[in-house]
Amino acid sequence: MSQTSYTSTASTARHGDEPLLQVRDLRVTFTRQGEESFAAVDGIDFDVRPGQTVGLVGESGCGKSVTSLAIMGLLPKRGNRVEGEVLLNGTDLLKLSDSEMRDRRGQELAMIFQDPLSSLNPVVPVGLQVAEVLERHKGMSRKAAMAVAREMLDKVGIPDPDRRLKDYPHQMSGGMRQRALIAIALACEPRLLIADEPTTALDVTIQAQILSLLKNLVEETGTALIMITHDLGVVAGLCDEVNVLYAGRIVERADRHPLFEQPRHPYTNGLLQSIPKLDVGRGERLNPIPGSVADNLPWTSSCAFAPRCPNALEVCREQTPPLEMDFGRALRCFNPVEVAR
Amino acid sequence: MSSAAHTDHDVTDMRDVLVDVRGVKVHFPIRKGVIFDKIVGYVYAVDGVDLQIRRGETYGLVGESGCGKSTLGRAILNLEPPTEGSVSFDGVDIASLKGEELRRKRQDIQMVFQDPMSSLDPRQSVESLLLEGLKAHNLIENDAAANQRLRELLAAVGLPPAALKKYPHEFSGGQRQRIGIARALSVNPKLIVADEPVSALDVSVQAQVINLLEDLQEEFGLTYLVVAHDLAVVRHISDRVGVMYLGALVEEAPAKDLYARPLHPYTRALLSAVPVPDPVIEDHRERILLTGDLPSPANPPSGCRFHTRCPWRQPTRCDTDRPVLRTVDLPGVPAEHRVACHWAEQIESGELRPHEVEAVAVEQMAGISQPDSPIIGPTSIAEIG
Repeated sequence: MSQTSYTSTASTARHGDEPLLQVRDLRVTFTRQGEESFAAVDGIDFDVRPGQTVGLVGESGCGKSVTSLAIMGLLPKRGNRVEGEVLLNGTDLLKLSDSEMRDRRGQELAMIFQDPLSSLNPVVPVGLQVAEVLERHKGMSRKAAMAVAREMLDKVGIPDPDRRLKDYPHQMSGGMRQRALIAIALACEPRLLIADEPTTALDVTIQAQILSLLKNLVEETGTALIMITHDLGVVAGLCDEVNVLYAGRIVERADRHPLFEQPRHPYTNGLLQSIPKLDVGRGERLNPIPGSVADNLPWTSSCAFAPRCPNALEVCREQTPPLEMDFGRALRCFNPVEVAR
Repeated sequence: MSSAAHTDHDVTDMRDVLVDVRGVKVHFPIRKGVIFDKIVGYVYAVDGVDLQIRRGETYGLVGESGCGKSTLGRAILNLEPPTEGSVSFDGVDIASLKGEELRRKRQDIQMVFQDPMSSLDPRQSVESLLLEGLKAHNLIENDAAANQRLRELLAAVGLPPAALKKYPHEFSGGQRQRIGIARALSVNPKLIVADEPVSALDVSVQAQVINLLEDLQEEFGLTYLVVAHDLAVVRHISDRVGVMYLGALVEEAPAKDLYARPLHPYTRALLSAVPVPDPVIEDHRERILLTGDLPSPANPPSGCRFHTRCPWRQPTRCDTDRPVLRTVDLPGVPAEHRVACHWAEQIESGELRPHEVEAVAVEQMAGISQPDSPIIGPTSIAEIG
């Protein structure tokens, strides 16, 4: 694999040292009567600093969406158990009551989802949906809120915002709806925005528009962003720090440049190797990761990835690898990929 | 409405051509009214496409949702009878076939669908799924031969023989797609139309299926038409690629030429928008950000369909003349590389510079499905019989 070397890229703007969000040993276990409980998120720790963009990457079923729902307090009341701590400015969100959480949602932390049509209310005009948040959290009058809503629609690049205020979601295209959703999420200038696969349902040209919009808004407002995606390409262009998840645990965490230049975990490496690239020709074989997540071993007594791992040793099937720090990189592996050169 | 121009482009030896698509149009009527079933307009899903697929090659069809790529794929199988134009397969005009003849022809053309869960009957075991096609085309003599054939098929797609007794829900997404491929293979087809074969799969599994498709092509001498929105996937498996925009081809070229040197403004924008998993490239690449959305296929722009979003739009010709695929007179561009743009040469030479484009709000007409959602609802859109 050849990679262009880069001369000291301008390091991402120094973020405040105090983390805005601290996730500590977060565990979400789903239980069902008569069935063994299943840990979708199995002890995750990470920090988000103000103004920072943190990526959570992994394939379906790795627990990335459940993590975000747990942070937002949006998991269903029954059938699951959430443990650990989610500290937003030192307050543990998991200990708050429903009404205290409602006050914070939309105000201090907000979320945008993959499918904008199912996240918008189909029978309420889009402008009112933006204004609603402002009325609820900022106590604005309808008139003042609508004026801000108009400004927000303009800011997220919706053409002709005056007319679009009165439009219903079905009158907008997919890209427009996602913009409207971003406008709702950012209306109260939250300090943390969680974006769960915000561009997966969109076409590439629209995806490029939305990503550049998110990037600009985050830079402008200083909002911290948690970007949840399965697309390593999206992460490469947007995130400061990347967490790679596998079967509910973080297997590797690093800043994006070292992560992509020198992936150390065999899973991260396997993901990067298996993606078809634009500059690789016809007939060159891809290197898929063998097997599927169905082959996973339990984390409690082994490395879950061991059955699919080309680097697996005997110890991988007998012990749980710990998440160890190594020069600013966190790695959960007994036999990581060798550093080239 | 201008009729499709039949340009002579017989660079290819006609004996080599397996599928010959000429001036194909598929228009869906938009109906309104409960008592009086009035046709109030048409969705111009495919609006004049010519393309040839040669024996043994993989033709990749890319474009964004709503560009008509899937409809074109279905028109080639005659699942969506073309409103105008003809599709000939192996020298036979498919539209002229009816009933039993058409059914028998379908043995040669098979399809692999995007979502393996909804294209496999949940109540049929793998064995019965695979046997269905074999029986329908009288390809098996006795049980022993059938058993042998099923094992061969499973081995070809990399599934264990024990899979025969299982049902689709017992498999993972990647394995289900393998079953879908085995079903397509079972009747020894000449052409396989794969509509988004890997887009529902996780990346690590996606690579397995792409490799499998390539192996099978080599082993059985298959011809593929791959319809996909993922440019990297298409690049990887195609010999030639056609880029569609709003019902028509805007550029067609051998894969390596297209990706190395895209000539149409839309192709340029599309390629520049694909996120690349390399932060070094991401930090320094120039993006051509298209403004606005895809115009409604029920009300396509005049002239060049792309002129409403094109950063290189010129005051003349673009909004009046509809460009057709043509070869360009540029050094190093092969005759096979064709582009539907009036100004391709001037753009490539740098004579024309891109400019800002004002985003135009696209009206979503009631009753017409949005490009992002699948076409549903027989009350609003019906097939032309």
